[in-house]
Amino acid sequence: MSPWNDPRVRSFVFQGFLILVIGFLIYEAVDNASDNLRRQRIATGLGFWDSPAGFPISQSMIFYSETSSSYGDAFLVGLLNTLLVAAIGIVLATVLGFTVGIARLSKNILVAGIARWYIEIIRNLPLLLQLLFWYNAVLKALPGVRESAALPFSSFLNNRGLFMPKPLPGAGFDYVLIAFFVAVAAAIGFRIWARRRQERTGLQAPVGSVTLALLILPASLVYVALGGPLTFDVPTAGRFNITGGMVLQPEFLALLFGLVIYTAAFIAEVVRAGILAVSRGQTEAAFALGLRPNLTTKLVIVPQAMRVIIPPLTSQYLNLTKNSSLAVFVGYPDLANVFTGTVLNQTGQAIEVVGITMLVYLTISLGTSALMNWYNSRKALVER
Amino acid sequence: MTNTAPAGLKPAKLTHETAIEMIGVNKWYGEFHVLRDIDLTIARGERVVVCGPSGSGKSTLIRCVNRLEEHQKGRIIVDGVELTNDLKRIDEIRREVGMVFQHFNLFPHLTILENCTLAPIWVKKMPKKDAEEVAMHYLTRVKIPEQALKYPGQLSGGQQQRVAIARSLCMSPKIMLFDEPTSALDPEMVKEVLDTMVALAEEGMTMICVTHEMGFARQVADRVIFMDQGQIVEANTPDEFFRDPRHERTRLFLSQILH
Amino acid sequence: MTVTEPPGVAPGNRGNADFVRSAMAPAAKPPSSEVGAIAWLRHNLFTGPLNTLLTIGLVLLGYWTIPPLVDYLFIDAVWTGSDREACIYTAERTKVGACWAFVVDRAAFFTYGFYPLAERWRIDVFFVLLVIGIVWLLHLRAPRKDLAAIYGFVFLPVASFLLLSGTPSLGLPTVPTNLWGGMMVSVVVSAVGIVVSLPLGILLALGRRSNMPAAKLFCVIFIEFVRGVPLITVLFMASVMLPLFVPDYMQPDKLLRALVGIALFASAYMAEVVRAGLQALPKGQYEGAMSLGLGWGQMMRLIILPQALKITIPNIVNTYIGLFKDTTLVVIVGIFDFLKAIEASRIDPTWAAPTVSTTGYIYASIFYFFCCYAMSAYARSVERRLAVADKR
Ligand SMILES: Nc1ncnc2c1ncn2[C@@H]1O[C@H](COP(=O)(O)OP(=O)(O)O)[C@@H](O)[C@H]1O
Ligand SMILES: [Mg+2]
Repeated sequence: MSPWNDPRVRSFVFQGFLILVIGFLIYEAVDNASDNLRRQRIATGLGFWDSPAGFPISQSMIFYSETSSSYGDAFLVGLLNTLLVAAIGIVLATVLGFTVGIARLSKNILVAGIARWYIEIIRNLPLLLQLLFWYNAVLKALPGVRESAALPFSSFLNNRGLFMPKPLPGAGFDYVLIAFFVAVAAAIGFRIWARRRQERTGLQAPVGSVTLALLILPASLVYVALGGPLTFDVPTAGRFNITGGMVLQPEFLALLFGLVIYTAAFIAEVVRAGILAVSRGQTEAAFALGLRPNLTTKLVIVPQAMRVIIPPLTSQYLNLTKNSSLAVFVGYPDLANVFTGTVLNQTGQAIEVVGITMLVYLTISLGTSALMNWYNSRKALVER
Repeated sequence: MTNTAPAGLKPAKLTHETAIEMIGVNKWYGEFHVLRDIDLTIARGERVVVCGPSGSGKSTLIRCVNRLEEHQKGRIIVDGVELTNDLKRIDEIRREVGMVFQHFNLFPHLTILENCTLAPIWVKKMPKKDAEEVAMHYLTRVKIPEQALKYPGQLSGGQQQRVAIARSLCMSPKIMLFDEPTSALDPEMVKEVLDTMVALAEEGMTMICVTHEMGFARQVADRVIFMDQGQIVEANTPDEFFRDPRHERTRLFLSQILH
Repeated sequence: MTVTEPPGVAPGNRGNADFVRSAMAPAAKPPSSEVGAIAWLRHNLFTGPLNTLLTIGLVLLGYWTIPPLVDYLFIDAVWTGSDREACIYTAERTKVGACWAFVVDRAAFFTYGFYPLAERWRIDVFFVLLVIGIVWLLHLRAPRKDLAAIYGFVFLPVASFLLLSGTPSLGLPTVPTNLWGGMMVSVVVSAVGIVVSLPLGILLALGRRSNMPAAKLFCVIFIEFVRGVPLITVLFMASVMLPLFVPDYMQPDKLLRALVGIALFASAYMAEVVRAGLQALPKGQYEGAMSLGLGWGQMMRLIILPQALKITIPNIVNTYIGLFKDTTLVVIVGIFDFLKAIEASRIDPTWAAPTVSTTGYIYASIFYFFCCYAMSAYARSVERRLAVADKR
């Protein structure tokens, strides 16, 4: 037998060849890169991290100053901005996506039809097109400061953004917060107690309404009792400017709108598929046992649908986070915009800057995937 | 059944002599007339087997009894309560009527025990311990108490169907409906399910059973009903029904299933 | 109807044992409350109080939004004109709808970009060749699928390259890629992504499922890495890092860099789609093929891949839809694609009018929606057909 016919030999040779090729390519790349960098006089390493950035960033959650902050600070600002828009986007997209997904299955054909066409249209248009539309055709096309549209709660909307009252917690507001958190703890406690009591005696408690009451009442009562220790810095329209209050910039709003509306269409499909995955027989069996429709939903349909929904839902969350990098196109200072945009331009250190940016997204993605795999292995239906 | 019934288990008794009464029941799916002028009275403790060709409306008939399907004309009265759109009455009737499906319809995300205790806990508001005791009682009766902590996916078809029967029994129903309980099973598992049903019949449970298991019909049925094209074509005691089928369609059907 | 008491049944019961139907009841019409327009409305729009409320709310919403929308798109729209004068507010024109005159005026630019006027026929030929390839490949009953594959994956790329970038020896003057633009560039980028990603994706998927540790490791790292980062960063990598990695004398041009980025990105996603298809095939297929004595290559080529790819068609097409939408991002590395052509025209002072931006975006939406919807409709029809074939 010729050794070439031995699959082990073949596999060994093939892999050896593959390693050689990849090794050669890497060697060439490194060699060329060091050549090119030297010739173009581009620095290497992370030395730039602590040098002053010297450019402004329009929105920051931490202290950032054009003159004194470093590239490292700029990185942090960008990262936090990415996480901010992703977090808010995920919450809103989930709410909208579940609503549309459930509406898609409505018996009311008008509701179902509108949900269907929402999904169809939004999923078939590039996100970038939608972002540009929201930014250029809607938010930037709003009237200027002088003709601001007045909204409820002394808010204004104009082409510089959404101006809203800024809450200023006064003395004693801490107690309102404390009351709220105590109430949250109490609500959790009540749920546990209600479950235990039901197990013991069979009696059911109105968990939903009690939780709602606990979330609203204690904090409101304390608030009123302390004479409303929260004042608002209300934005006031001047001739050329709006002073006071806080502003959501059009860049942020456009990105948020775009991401939420786009991702919600995908989440809606995920939700619909998840609900449809629970067979009709499950509902019928529950009904035949005497369970009311709302209990059937809570005890039979939701737990089964959620198993189907959660993995693709997570990947939609990841997509939203990755898509937030389209911030570049509307000028929202997220990580990709600040770092692979301005910082890269100023330092020219492409390898480091792009590398670091990729590493951040990669960490988020792989971390989430790992969590997901763990969840799947735990929750997978036990089957023969 | 030698083990004594646990605390939460009250013997269920129908209050009326007539368990189910259907008077001139008609049902349509869109334009399709699926049940035509059904008149059927089932007495307390009676065991009725319904047979007939596929698509003749057998499932629809028994699903009307616990309002999984709505009828459009006629009256259905279950243990003295007429089925209307009144949710309270539907609840009441569903609590009293158990149903076993062709495809078991066990809840795959719950253990066998949780499948059995779900409705007692949430509908009958039983304490968990009592519900579990009741569940174990019936699981013992269907001879699979040792599977209680497994999930449905880990059981064979026959075992799953016995769990489904136990799950219904946990609500102490007064009437049991069976919709082809053995036709999704491998042949070697049919007997274990039928044995369970025979035992139930012998205790005097009122039953309507859609099945083509003629041996079972002979053994336990008080009456066999043959349906075709959405109507009752022939009804008789099993002896007469099999010995001397009178309608031509019945004869044709019997010759097909008995070879 | 004979009514006798069944044996063993309490007296007074109207049990119907011993009953034979003499004449079969004919099918009757359902009661009028169950059919017709009223029943349809009741079942579909006014099922309960909540649904009724929703219906009324939505009808009102439609009443408030649809007429203004129709006004904007058609009634008040401007259809002719050669510059902004056509679409600005004037004393007599106080309502201006969509400025279609803008789209008509710039249509050629949106389609061909800066491609020299005299050479634009080449792009038209390219579009025709492309459509032939698409129809031939996608039409399930088209003849000679093998030839179609060669046409689509070998002839078409080569011919398009010669045609679009020019071959002086054939009398086609060279057109540098920085003159390429508009819809044509979007189509080229998508087509390259589509053509490259499938074979590369298959290779990566096979590699990931192979039992050669080195090959597997390489494929896993590549796939997970690319799928874990945003496309923009991949494009940046291709655009600013790639030039560093190759020697000075073979610097790729801008378009090529973007193409490399798109192709690698799409391949990683395609690999996962193909892998899912491979996983969905029952093990018996592998065992059957091996029991026939087929080698690994033969098994894959003759048995496994044809089946796996067939069941994967809908997902492949969905990946293509995603890719097609994603190509809009190439503008970040300086490619003048369709959307960029619209962006550039929209801010061009010649056409500075209030509704021009929105009109431009509507036009882009129509183009993208038409392409993506056609693809997804195709995917769904294949899915349905496969489902039917499965049942047989
Ligand atoms: N939800 C439904 N919508 C429309 N037609 C139905 C529906 N369910 C059943 N049918 C039709 O009603 C007839 C009777 O169905 P079924 O009661 O299931 O018959 P069987 O159980 O005797 O086989 C069949 O022709 C079936 O196609
Ligand atoms: Mg049936």
